[in-house]
Amino acid sequence: MLRSLLKELVEAHGVTGFEHEAAKVVEKYFLPYSDEIKIDKMGSLYAIKKGKADNPKKIMLAAHMDEIGLMVKKIDDKGFIQFTNVGGVDQRTLLTQEVIIHGKKDLFGVIGSKPPHILEASEREKSVKMEDMLIDVGLPKEEVEKYVSIGDSITIRRKLLNLQNDMVAGKALDDRAGVAVMYECLKELSHMKHDCDVYAVATVQEEVGYRGAIPATFEISPDIGIAIDVGFGSTPELPKDETADLGKGPCIGFGANIHPKVYERLVKVAKEYNIPYQQDIYPGATGTDAWGMQVTRGGVSTGLISIPLRYMHTSVETVQISDIKNAGKLLAYFIVSLNGEDLEEMLCY
Amino acid sequence: MLLKRLTDACGMPGGEGEVRQIILEEIKPYVDDIKVDRLGNVIATKNGKPGYPKVMIAAHMDEVGLMVKSIDDGGFIRFEQAGGLDERILVSKPVLVGKNKIQGVIGAKAIHLQEKGERETPLRTKQLYIDIGAKSKEDTEKLVKPGDYIAFDSEYVEFGNNLIKAKALDDRAGCAALIETLKHNYDVTVVAVFTVQEEIGLRGATVAAYKVNPDIALVLEGTLCSDVSNVPEQSYITKLGAGPAISLMDSRTIFPKNLAKRIYDIAVKNGVDIQYRLPSSGGNDAGAIHTTREGIPCTAISVPCRYIHSPSCVMSKDDFEGLKKIVKLFLEDIKEGEYIRD
Amino acid sequence: MINKDLLKRLLETFGPSGNEEAIREVIREEIKGYADEIKVDALGNLIAVKKGNGKKIMVASHMDEIGIMVTNIDDNGFIRFTNIGGVSPYTALYQRVMFADGTMGVVGVEKIDNMKDLTLSKMFIDIGAYSKEEAMKKVNVGDVACFYAPFVQDGDYIMSKALDDRIGCYVAIEALKALKNSPNEVYFVFTVQEEVGLRGAKTAAYGVDPDMGIALDVTLTGDTPKAKTMEVKMGKGTAIKIKDNSVLAHPTVKKLMIETAQENNIPYQLEILEGGGTDSGAIHLTKSGVPSGVISVPCRYVHSPSEMVSVKDVENSIQLLVKVLEK
Repeated sequence: MLRSLLKELVEAHGVTGFEHEAAKVVEKYFLPYSDEIKIDKMGSLYAIKKGKADNPKKIMLAAHMDEIGLMVKKIDDKGFIQFTNVGGVDQRTLLTQEVIIHGKKDLFGVIGSKPPHILEASEREKSVKMEDMLIDVGLPKEEVEKYVSIGDSITIRRKLLNLQNDMVAGKALDDRAGVAVMYECLKELSHMKHDCDVYAVATVQEEVGYRGAIPATFEISPDIGIAIDVGFGSTPELPKDETADLGKGPCIGFGANIHPKVYERLVKVAKEYNIPYQQDIYPGATGTDAWGMQVTRGGVSTGLISIPLRYMHTSVETVQISDIKNAGKLLAYFIVSLNGEDLEEMLCY
Repeated sequence: MLLKRLTDACGMPGGEGEVRQIILEEIKPYVDDIKVDRLGNVIATKNGKPGYPKVMIAAHMDEVGLMVKSIDDGGFIRFEQAGGLDERILVSKPVLVGKNKIQGVIGAKAIHLQEKGERETPLRTKQLYIDIGAKSKEDTEKLVKPGDYIAFDSEYVEFGNNLIKAKALDDRAGCAALIETLKHNYDVTVVAVFTVQEEIGLRGATVAAYKVNPDIALVLEGTLCSDVSNVPEQSYITKLGAGPAISLMDSRTIFPKNLAKRIYDIAVKNGVDIQYRLPSSGGNDAGAIHTTREGIPCTAISVPCRYIHSPSCVMSKDDFEGLKKIVKLFLEDIKEGEYIRD
Repeated sequence: MINKDLLKRLLETFGPSGNEEAIREVIREEIKGYADEIKVDALGNLIAVKKGNGKKIMVASHMDEIGIMVTNIDDNGFIRFTNIGGVSPYTALYQRVMFADGTMGVVGVEKIDNMKDLTLSKMFIDIGAYSKEEAMKKVNVGDVACFYAPFVQDGDYIMSKALDDRIGCYVAIEALKALKNSPNEVYFVFTVQEEVGLRGAKTAAYGVDPDMGIALDVTLTGDTPKAKTMEVKMGKGTAIKIKDNSVLAHPTVKKLMIETAQENNIPYQLEILEGGGTDSGAIHLTKSGVPSGVISVPCRYVHSPSEMVSVKDVENSIQLLVKVLEK
């Protein structure tokens, strides 16, 4: 199930601001394990699983379902499409990619640019700028305009790739991997007893500054909020102390953005249930939904779990499935560990 | 001495515990209610008379410093910045690592061994490390773990013409002044908020202002002062010894002129030295407070601090005394019904 | 027909961010009688309510403009300054500035060898004073000035300082006057401090707590020689925003605007602004979220003393706003 969810999630299109299709997949998989599904004004999806306590406290989980992508900026006289980015796109990863333009109907296209043969030697030393790239949909302007208009979103065409050792690669694993963690957590919880109400929120617009998480947190007003995002996985060119290894478990974040007691409890639960974990240090901003959640209303006790992921913000992002499973399990046991707990007391300094 | 205790204590953004403990002890006898919120802000209320406004006064507990990132095979500590620092100041400084304040040093290659031109290039945080004298990775790991906070090891010293040198005067000077403020009684209700995480984005003040929802707010700070002889006067921002400084504009706030002027005039009338903090970059908790909910009138009064965000901040005791006086005078000047919002 | 007299007053009135008193009075006078209720909030936002039983809609246009603040006056009476909002040293050089009391000055610069080194810190304002004392009779540290450029209108174009965003204020005022029977409760908010980070819109939206937000602002164009690629052209209609750095227009609001324009044959363009932001950026993140969009007036040379817009675009923007509010 997890793999099929991942496949559907990753292959669904949901550029920041256009998360509708991804939300449908989330709803389909989350529905059997929740009491209620809600979509808020910004488009974030809440899967609510009621707790058993009389006056249940609220735990909010947040993983963002938006992905970075492209947007139609101009259709030129020959029918080529110029585009801009939504979220942090590395222009070097775009050349000759296959794309889908989400207009009135989906159009297939290829990203092209001037061929190297006609370039000056010095030009070849520089990467091609996004503004100099064009999408070729093989149609004349009049045809293109029937289906495409300015502002339509564009995604890279990519199937989920199965690598060795249970690793998978694709686009949008940042942060659909996190969404999959919430799925695993809800599934675990379905055969456990928990006091707190659980709000598993697939947020929108994280990639442009956690704009979905801010109003969602205001709306839910949780006692504890935990963001699930991706972190830098180790690769040969990156320093060891800035990355985490794939397959060695989710990272538990520590720092000013994280309530120390939430961190401690997550670590304790991981140890108690032999769930492998790694540690992530953040002296300041985490750049995740947790950063927005923490300062909502009168303040929220936040936590942060991240899945090690290689090649972030490319269309071949890579994660290990066991890390997702372990993160889901960790969150479920964390939630259950709060049964009978006086949260006011637990969260005091 | 309160200011010495406060500046000796360590409190990086998110790790303000030691400072918070001192403050909680100090203010207890003087306030009606104390709460610590979900981020660690101390919110202390001193009730006034009915019909008078609720005044929130904020000073931040956190200071800039460092955080342990990893321990390398030789037992040396790699670190990151916690809060905005000029990394050029780091080299050749003593530091205190973790809750147990393990002493360490940030070393550098001997000048004799450097290549030509090396001295012209500043050393980056990534190149630096802390040596606690450990023999091995295991040795260090017994005492230090990733995520531990690191503070500058800098003594409180009184020197020169009534000056003080210490670390973290930004903003323990404000905290000290706020504690002293609570020792007097007022008609207005004073909500003293000792905030967390100012140095990484005014985060404590954001949630505290939301919760307190005051009629008016005051921020007590340590602020930039560059009145040294090789800086042109137009870039001084504040002058040391010329009294506390009232803000006009910084990169987070345009301060309401009438409020700034009122405080300025009260100071002049009472013979307390006062100056304006010239518009410049930087920002303080006011940036978060004044845009909270439907908007909260907010002003900031600061003690000028030379060499701010370094182990050796320098301030004038006279300016500090002036800050305490002016805050008290202003609170006493507020009349029944003033500033109250419906 | 364009109300030239009102435009002139809106555009030439002093009002850098945080110093909106004068422009607020001009607007308050103008809208008196058209709104059911007018109030000013803690930050200085002017809020005019047109009562109705339907949804609460907040229409925001910012009344502040970019400007400068005095930081120092030297012995010879020259004035150093810092920027309020996005002031480019290149456009500021040798421009005239005007202080609140009408004192005029010109922006000069120290000797520099390379224009690339031009920064505001090397520049100063000369008000024609010969000494510090003389200068301080008129100008003090902390005083604020705006750029000075008289309003010009000829044929279809309007040229002035502060079209960003007094033209938005103009659109709002004319829409308020034209709005006869809206089923909705409309809050026309003339915001403060947009140019320094959408600060007024943030608190106003919290107070109003609307169901929908519409900001009115200017946007850039891509129609000048060798401009950066952008589909918006001056004179080709009002612009309906898709995206900028502060907001992705909410799909329902965007759709409402496009459909309304189509139904009423109002010329419109779709706008993608790569950089910059506007009040909707703050409004849409208020409380539990406010679906928000933006109606923009295409404007050339934004943040210069000679910003330029088309009269037709302004009229189309008013028409679109009125039709949207009446829906």
